[in-house]
Amino acid sequence: MSLQTLVERAEALYHDIDLRFVAQWKQEHDGKAVGHLPIYVPRELIDAAGMLPVALHGAGDQVEIIRGDAYFQSYICQIPRSVIELALSGRLAALDGFLFPSTCDVIRNLSGMWKVLFPDRYVRYLDVPQNFSVEVGGKFWTEELREIAADLERLGGRKITDSALAESIAKFNDNRRALGELFELRRGEPWRAPAREAYLIIRAGDVMPVEEHTAFVRAYVQAAREADRVKRDHTRVAVTGAFCEQPPLELIETLERAGCYVVWDDFTLGARFIEGDIEVQGDPLDAIARAFLSRSAPNACVFQPQGPRGGWLVETVRRTAAEGVVFAAPSFCDPALLEQPMLEAALDKEGVPHTAFKYAENLGQFQVIREQAGTFSDSLRLWSEA
Amino acid sequence: MSGKAVKEQSMVKQKELIQDHYHELSRAPETGRKVIYTFVPGNLTELFRAFDLLPVYPEINALQSAMRQKSTLFINEAERAGHAEDVCTYVKTDIGMLRRGNVGPSGEKLPPPDLLVLSYTGCFTFMKWFELLRQEYDCPVVMLHTPYQGDGKITPSMVRYMVEQMRTEVIPALEKVSGIKYDEDRLKEAMALSESAETDLVAVLESAKHRPSPIDGYFGGVYYIGPIFNAFRGTPEAAEYYRMLRGEVEERMAQGLGPVTPDGLLANEKFRLVVEGPPNWTSFREFWKMFHEEGAVVVASTYTKVGGLYDTGFRHDKEHPLESLAHYCMGCYTNNNLPQRIDLLERYARDYSADGLLVNSVKSCNSFSAGQLLMLREFEKRTGLPGGFIETDLVDARYFSAANVKNRIESYLQMITQKRAPSARAEA
Repeated sequence: MSLQTLVERAEALYHDIDLRFVAQWKQEHDGKAVGHLPIYVPRELIDAAGMLPVALHGAGDQVEIIRGDAYFQSYICQIPRSVIELALSGRLAALDGFLFPSTCDVIRNLSGMWKVLFPDRYVRYLDVPQNFSVEVGGKFWTEELREIAADLERLGGRKITDSALAESIAKFNDNRRALGELFELRRGEPWRAPAREAYLIIRAGDVMPVEEHTAFVRAYVQAAREADRVKRDHTRVAVTGAFCEQPPLELIETLERAGCYVVWDDFTLGARFIEGDIEVQGDPLDAIARAFLSRSAPNACVFQPQGPRGGWLVETVRRTAAEGVVFAAPSFCDPALLEQPMLEAALDKEGVPHTAFKYAENLGQFQVIREQAGTFSDSLRLWSEA
Repeated sequence: MSGKAVKEQSMVKQKELIQDHYHELSRAPETGRKVIYTFVPGNLTELFRAFDLLPVYPEINALQSAMRQKSTLFINEAERAGHAEDVCTYVKTDIGMLRRGNVGPSGEKLPPPDLLVLSYTGCFTFMKWFELLRQEYDCPVVMLHTPYQGDGKITPSMVRYMVEQMRTEVIPALEKVSGIKYDEDRLKEAMALSESAETDLVAVLESAKHRPSPIDGYFGGVYYIGPIFNAFRGTPEAAEYYRMLRGEVEERMAQGLGPVTPDGLLANEKFRLVVEGPPNWTSFREFWKMFHEEGAVVVASTYTKVGGLYDTGFRHDKEHPLESLAHYCMGCYTNNNLPQRIDLLERYARDYSADGLLVNSVKSCNSFSAGQLLMLREFEKRTGLPGGFIETDLVDARYFSAANVKNRIESYLQMITQKRAPSARAEA
């Protein structure tokens, strides 16, 4: 597939808010599909039960929120009202179950709302452990995973055998490696994989079966490497804060138009939440639990027992040779906004420049952000001491 | 109203208890008592007492700051330091207070924590709050993760997880900071005292089932929960306070008296309400007045259950101390899922013969607020009673629009009146 075809396919999936792709997959495979909210859900379990995992990130600026606003006060972020809008308008009808991870109070309470609003669907809240001892948090999480697996077996009508789960783990390991290859390309030659394109390619994994998405990402990386693209005099930035409610596509594009190469970001963090491979030997549920305990991507929703927060961001800046950090958090996002002062302090200590703005997934005006990002980029390129 | 409010013995006792506690805290640097900071929901007060530790509750400091009209200054201070406008104002008040010298509600300086005990119950923000404080104070933090009742139940696995955390993390951390070895008998003693206080508190809260209600279960209720949600659960003083309070309330009930308000006894109960959500603290008296001057009494509230849901039967159990603490933490109101919360509201409306449900939705607290509009709708559907909705904030005065709130409350009460007279409506 050509670069253009790949991007067009990803874009079509991005705009498929009616989940026609999912409905088609279900028909072709006589299977079921399970949706989940950000950030982290062990998608391996859904896959091993023979069902399609579907990441729900809201509808961005693609739907007008009418019913959703009737469920949430003005000071609550956009993603829950957007997801409710999608559900109440029948656009999530293809999903047979829903998982709500312990990302924040809003997504947590949304799980209860779902139980009330959609009593005929399978709904479960996933409480990931905040204790990272194998014997304590690990044991709890393994037991939770066992319960979820039993639920999914009932829903999917198929036993999750150890070998099926090991196979799913291997598929997701490969997917994370492919995503790593894409991130490596963006780090090394960001002009070859513009942020908007890379984002769309990653978002295609929201709905595509994992093995198909892995091949898709690799095809894109290869096509992007071979494409003849001009290297511009842009500033290298890392973007953080956007791990749950997603920025509008145009915002991502705006950053690049303003002179920023996004060499790292935490958009759709759930897809690469576990860093590195999960073991495929031994008890696969234990392996998934242990991976969460010791190799979760640093993020605002997981407790850090010791030390100042933000070391990981400084390290990311160094590793990706970013010249500055853009804090892009959704308005009213408790995790991102409470975390931000700690991250800023860590960057200040190391002399890493940063700028910050807030967005909503249905933001329609980008001029202010373009000016802010442009000024930030200019200040780094033209006037920094380096 | 009938005359000025008379301070009852229990009020005097409560004031003394709290003042003594803050005084003891201020003297901690001289006396050498070790200090822990922790949160109200899911607190382990009996356990802290077993190690002679003095607890500080930052949420209580924040609300006290608001009642003393200091929170706006503290919030501004925190926002100037880079904290977002959008986030919890308790956190910002606490950080602002710290940066301005950490002078507590009694006017005395609060000691820094020797340990932060992160009882992570029913509120995501708690985790970020203590990560922020850890950096401000440069002190250790120990986490007690309370699993959420996502499916509306407490499973054996959830209890085991909590007990194991207490055994392997929390108790060793408390031993280290206090230099005292864990003594389960001391914990059991405290828990027996907790049980007695809890039973008396429930009797006080349930007195509102009587007509007229001798208490206000929200505005008055926040005073009644003071000692048990604060540092005193499990102490002889708290047990005595609740015995005294129960006696006074039962006496008022026997005499057919209404609640005591800041403006005197409420003699003419016209409306009986259930309220969901925390109160506004910056204009607490003004807010209360909007109710009592209309003859509206809150007969049951959910806010008075954030530090323990005792009226559904839970009591601390000295025979199974750690397991009981785990059940306590997981049972706190905001650790209940939305369907459980709706069930509770419905039950309150029925058991307390309420006229309706009023939601005070606070901007700062997503744990409470996310889902409240659906809760209101479900409540109306199930009970046929009218629901009302007002928006304020916990401690940010910028979000308390008195005229608007008053207008909404009055309209809501008018709606109840109209609902009571269907024939009048039909004629109209």
